[in-house]
Amino acid sequence: MTAERAIPPVRPDPESLPFWEAAREGRFLLRRCSACGQAHWFPRTLCPFCWSGDTAWEEASGLGTVYSWTVLRAGAVPNIVAYVELREGPRMLTDLVEVEPDAVAIGQLVEVVFRPTSDPDGPPVPMFRPR
Amino acid sequence: MTIRSAACIVGAFEHPTRHAPDKSHAQLHAEVAAGAIADAGLSRDDIDGYFCSGDAPGGLQSMLNYLNLTVRHVDSTDIGGVSPIVQVAHAAAAIALGRCNIALITLAGRPRADRVKTGTEPRIRHAAAPDVQWEYPYAVPTAASYALAARRHMHEFGTTSEQLAWIKVAASHHAQHNPNAVLRDVVTVEDVVTSPLVADPLHRLDCCVISDGGGAVVVARPEIARSLARPVVQVRGAGESTGHQHGGLIDLTRTAAVRSGPAAFAEAGVTPADIRYISLYDSFTITVLLQLEDLGFCAKGKGGAFVSDGALISGVGRLPFNTDGGGLCNNHPANRGGITKIIEAVRQLRGEAHPAVQVPDCTLALVHGTGGQLATRHGAGTLILERAA
Ligand SMILES: [Zn+2]
Repeated sequence: MTAERAIPPVRPDPESLPFWEAAREGRFLLRRCSACGQAHWFPRTLCPFCWSGDTAWEEASGLGTVYSWTVLRAGAVPNIVAYVELREGPRMLTDLVEVEPDAVAIGQLVEVVFRPTSDPDGPPVPMFRPR
Repeated sequence: MTIRSAACIVGAFEHPTRHAPDKSHAQLHAEVAAGAIADAGLSRDDIDGYFCSGDAPGGLQSMLNYLNLTVRHVDSTDIGGVSPIVQVAHAAAAIALGRCNIALITLAGRPRADRVKTGTEPRIRHAAAPDVQWEYPYAVPTAASYALAARRHMHEFGTTSEQLAWIKVAASHHAQHNPNAVLRDVVTVEDVVTSPLVADPLHRLDCCVISDGGGAVVVARPEIARSLARPVVQVRGAGESTGHQHGGLIDLTRTAAVRSGPAAFAEAGVTPADIRYISLYDSFTITVLLQLEDLGFCAKGKGGAFVSDGALISGVGRLPFNTDGGGLCNNHPANRGGITKIIEAVRQLRGEAHPAVQVPDCTLALVHGTGGQLATRHGAGTLILERAA
């Protein structure tokens, strides 16, 4: 895309703060449960699959494939919204960047890239681009 | 314990307005309440249960204060625009338990007068909602959410834009007979697929209208229903559920109707083949298609073929739907399509639909809604209604 829209800032909370601190360093974290072994999205302290509190952060591959996508054309700059199926399993709502809409396809391999929001002091948010 | 035959819909009213810059939001609720009570042949003093949802300005307590109602049972369930559909079942349950005898359900709003950018601008519901930080940066308004589902369905099952367009075409065939409808012109498949893209693959004509207004229904004990002058429309079965991201295992091609539908059919003791008329939530064409599959009217993935060639047009196809023109053409008041779905089903069961779209001998109808957003969190409610002998 030639231009990108202004991204609304995120407000980390005590539960999500480690994710956003890692994002400032360009690291993409996932949370995985030791009790059932599954990674989930979005990150939670209690595993959403088994409610065990035995969960921990791990650095993820940052790779995935496009599960579905759309182009929202209402704004000044068209925005590609997508679900990306992460290599670790969970599907994540996100935006695709650095790609034209007619070059996007379901199943396409993508990688995480962090984008600054409109708050210069806030953390960047994970989006995905073709790999 | 069942709500089967425990309650009846005795009053139904749809506000005739579709643009109400000269009315307050609360006033619209009051006008539909008065309309439904008058339709039933009851008085406001008979009401002992009140139900409203997220569209009620200031919430339930503000509405009761404004309407000056004193009741002994309340319910402000909010699972999106489907809420009044599940509230009919909640009212029936409350009546079965003796918590109230006559329940009023109102829905109204004025997004058109307020120039709300419905569907194309993200809305934050609550800053501390756990999902906001994982969604809001990505700008996923309602249209994008349903477009993601449509794209995935096309990918998995070969569904086409032309097949989705048939849903709008059917709604437009019905809306031509409704003088209050926002869109009264009959459209073609080509009109739909050549209208501008809002969120690929959904076009402008794949989307519902934005309208002001509202509606209300009155649910009452069967003895009361039989004492009134109106045809008796009985609640026969209901089901409700919600769908969400499931920890990251979201399936965009399935809605919570896969749970609410079977529950309603089991309670009613009927099958999809028994349904003569169907009111289906039609925020977007894809919503209708997914619901038909998930309720069991056709196999998963076969919805495109099922809706094609006028199958949903009254007098033409196998399953007449939304004979008032639905949200796609007639009315989607307060950005919520639940109440109008109930009202048109009541008209059909009473034999009071427009003669051009009235289903002959309409004895059993199904009402189903999908509120919220398919790509994040949505509510589902199924209601099976019958005309009592
Ligand atoms: Zn677990």
